[in-house]
Order: sequence, then structure tokens, then C-alpha cells
Amino acid sequence: MSDYAVTIGLEVHAQLLTNTKMFCGCKASYGAAHNSLTCPVCMGLPGALPMPNRRAIEMAVKVGLATGSTITRATKFDRKNYFYPDLPKGYQISQFDKPICAGGSMEIRGLFGVKRVGITRIHLEEDAGKSQHGDDDGTLIDLNRCGVPLIEIVSEPDMSSPEEAYAYLMEIRRLVRWLEVCDGNLEEGSLRCDANISVAPEGERGVPVEIKNLNSFHGVEKAIRYEIERQSEVVRNGGKISRMTLLWDSDKGETRVMRTKEAAHDYRYFPEPDLVELSISDQMMAEAHEASPEYPWVRRERYVGIGVKPDDADVLTAEKEFGEYFEEVFAGCNNEAPRAVRWVIGEALRWRKELGGGERFVVSAYATAEVAGLEASGKISGLAAKTVYEEMARTGRSDPAMIVKEKGLEQVSDTGALEAVITKIIEDNPKEVERYRGGDMKLKGFFVGQVMKAMGGKADPKATGEILGRLLG
Amino acid sequence: MKHEETKGRRISLEEVNRIAELARLSPSEDEREQLAAKMSSVIDFVEQLNELDTTSIEPLHHVLDLHSVLRDDVVRPSLPVSEVMKNAPQKKGDYFIVPRVIKGAET
Ligand SMILES: [Zn+2]
Repeated sequence: MSDYAVTIGLEVHAQLLTNTKMFCGCKASYGAAHNSLTCPVCMGLPGALPMPNRRAIEMAVKVGLATGSTITRATKFDRKNYFYPDLPKGYQISQFDKPICAGGSMEIRGLFGVKRVGITRIHLEEDAGKSQHGDDDGTLIDLNRCGVPLIEIVSEPDMSSPEEAYAYLMEIRRLVRWLEVCDGNLEEGSLRCDANISVAPEGERGVPVEIKNLNSFHGVEKAIRYEIERQSEVVRNGGKISRMTLLWDSDKGETRVMRTKEAAHDYRYFPEPDLVELSISDQMMAEAHEASPEYPWVRRERYVGIGVKPDDADVLTAEKEFGEYFEEVFAGCNNEAPRAVRWVIGEALRWRKELGGGERFVVSAYATAEVAGLEASGKISGLAAKTVYEEMARTGRSDPAMIVKEKGLEQVSDTGALEAVITKIIEDNPKEVERYRGGDMKLKGFFVGQVMKAMGGKADPKATGEILGRLLG
Repeated sequence: MKHEETKGRRISLEEVNRIAELARLSPSEDEREQLAAKMSSVIDFVEQLNELDTTSIEPLHHVLDLHSVLRDDVVRPSLPVSEVMKNAPQKKGDYFIVPRVIKGAET
């Protein structure tokens, strides 16, 4: 899309799923009455002293370990100074020169192939409150969010297309959800993304332009695409890209200038004097290791190792919950990977999407495994198994054996009964029998069809085939 | 560096203007001149520390001999909204009201 070298780096803020705020005991939650979750610490009243939340620190360490970052064992907090009404202290407690994690990376996949994106740093900080503009009386401020813990994950400028940026953001989202440190909701702002983009002729250094307000996954891709086009156009016309910060307007589908270099910030960071240094103890490191689940990319490889196709392994590791479900069905399927995959992807995930709003499984893994088992043993046909499954999905029932009985879906594999039916069919169709015996083997299908018709589709195909073969000789 | 040579020149007027802008202060012309001189003398004073050899000394971020004072993630009661609003020069319902901020015009 561009004839120039494109460089993209992302800064992702993730709101941590702690019970309380970063530096005070106020509840970190949403939807409460405005300004009801505030105290002297998070409102920045004089004399109030912050105290860091142990859980938030553990969460940041977990993300650091998962991304292969170095954990800064002697870390600290700093003040970032700026004025904005939703930041009552006049500064944000953040981390400047000793971020809690540094030097990690993440692997991303897509049509562009497989690529490793460096993670420069991950630091802890506190969120600001919420401002609501557009009221006639002025800007309305709610400080419930003020002080909620965030991690900021800063990537290296290693991406070179909107697709890669999208894949990276999705991968970050999967990881923070997987580690249960953030719910990953971009639309609601629990995950926020800013992009730094530069476009320059091959071999030259570009000037990074920052875009803020990327509040949807497709918005990220669209905004970056738009900005690459805009900068390419400037470069093509011999112009110069100037350093600035842009806001993405998702309604208009364009970026607009938020501030230029002249108004650039000077945050005047300095060590937060209200907090002592923080050292990450061996015990804390050990606990974070202990609390870390099998990572998605490790699980994916394990699934491929047990016979799951790579594409299916991607689907099964999109969410941690999918894998847990899959493994229960897999165990119930005598460890037959293809059968378990077929039931989980083809049925369980399909019904999850159709009836569970994409958010919950409508049939338990146990019941799914049971239906798969009924099919595997030949008790019901594949078609009947799907019927049973649909019944469970729609009604919430979890007793497949009873549904089979009620609907009379058992396959007849009783050879005596089958033999009687087949004998009668052979008597009734002498011409076809003659042609079959004369070598027209295609007619086998005709006889199977006749048996199925006579048995209402419930004849066990394997037993039917055997008896037909024997009696037609 | 000799004290006399640099006096009054460590902090320029432009720097005072920039600092005032960042701090949202509007000192008068006279005050700016005075601030430039005063801030310069403060810097001069602190500059004396450069005479010490600190090559083998780790930076100290905090004077207290304490580290890692942490809090468990347990909810404590927040202030009642009525209490919170006592600090509000202007309010609307449970919101604080501040002079209108143009969206995105963060400065
Ligand atoms: Zn608080």
C-alpha cells in the first residue's frame, strides 16, 4: 500500500482486574454512582499518602514473565506532571527510568507470516478520571476511575503494516485475558491503544507521528492505514513530516491534529517522594511463576503434537476457556483428536456463537463428550448425534442418552432384526440382486438405501454393510 | 565553574517563561526577572554537589531506609459522595464541574 518504509510501534494501556485502585483501597469498578469510589488519596487531597497494591504488581510481573521480559528487581515510581481536570493531583504516578519489566517480545501471526515484535517496556501507573464534555455548564468530572491500576505495554517500532499492528494488538489482548489481568475490552476502554507511525523513503529515518483514541480493533487498522497514506502523500510530494499528535475520529474516518511539536509536553518526571523503592522479591517472582498458566503459544504447540491441525489449534487457543473445554471433550473421546476437534469446533463453538452470544458454551464439555461417545460407539448415527446436540443446545438439557431414547434414535445393530429386513429386501428386488451379482457393485448403495429406508435411518451402517455383503455374496 | 561568571545566567528568561507556562503561573515582567535570578542562585547552590566525586555511589531515590511497603488488594470504604462534594467549587448532581475543556485538547 505504500512504496515507503513504514514503521509502527504501539503503546497499549491495560486496566488491571484488581479489586482496588493502585494506591488506595477504593474499589476499582465501573457503573457505580459518580464520584462514589473516591478518597483523599485518589482525589489528591493534601497530606494523603499512596500505598501500592501488591496484586497490581504481581499482575505486571505475570505479563512481564509471559513476554520474556526482564523483571526489574529494584524498581520505583515517578511523577509525571501535567494539568488536566480529571487528574486532580496535577501529576500521575507512573514509572519513568525503572519500569517494572523491560526487553520482552511477542510472536504474531497472520497472512504476513510469523513475526516477533519487541516489547521495550511494561510499566505500572494509575488511570485518570473521566471527563464528560458537551454539557452546557462545563466539563463534568467523575473520579471513580482515577487511580485504577494500568500497565502500559510499549512495543518496539517493529511493525510495518496495519495488519501486523492489528495482529499484535489481538495478541496482547489474548495474553492479558489469558493471564486474567485485564478483560481486554477496547470499546469500553479497559484496553487502550496509541500508535506511533513513521513513513520514509527506504533507508531514511522517518519522523514518528502519534495517533491517539484508537478505541476499536478495526479502528486501529483503519487509522494506521489512513495515516500511512497521508504521510506517503506528503513524502511523495516532497514535503516534510512534522512531529505531532493526532486524534483518530472514527465517525469521519480521519485523523485530526491534537497538538504539534511546539506544544510538546514536558512531563518533568521525578522520583515519587511519597513512595519508597520497590523491590520484587524472590518470593514474589516464584509466586508469579506459580500463578502463570500454560501460555497460549505453548498450548498450541502441544495440541499440534497430539494431532490437532495448526489452524484448528489456533481456534482452540483463541481463549483459554476453549482449550479447557477441548481437553475435557478430548479425554471423553478416548483421546481421538480429530473427533474431539470436530465436536468442539463444529458443534460446541458453533452453538456458543449462535445461542451463547459468543460468550458462553451452551452445552457442557461433559455432555459434548457424552454425545461424541454415543456416536463413536455406533449407538447413534452421526446425523442423530447432531440432532441430539441441537436439542441440548436449544433446551439446555444435558442428558443425551435420554434424548436418544425419547426420540428413538438408537441405531439398530441387532443382527437378527437387520437380517430379517435385509432378507426381505433381497426377495423384493430380484432384478437388482441379479445385476449386483453380475458385477454391478454400484448397486450396493441402492441396497443400503433400502435398508435405511426400511429402518427409518437407524440401521447401524457397519452391521448393515456386513450382512448385505454376506447375503448378497 | 566560578560563581560570579554564571550568576543570573543559569536560568534564562525563556526558561522561566516555559516553566511558568507548564506550572500555569503568570508572573509579571518584574517577577520573571527576579525568578530568573533566584532560580539561578538555587541552581548555583546545588551545583556545589558536583564538586564531590560520586562515581562509585549508587543514586539514592529515597532517604528512608525502607522499601516495598505494599498494601493487600482489599477494598476499604470510600468517602460518602456528600463528603467528596464539599470540595467542589461547582457541581452538577454527583459530578464536579470544571470550565469547559475542548475534547482532546489536552495540554
Ligand atoms: Zn481512593
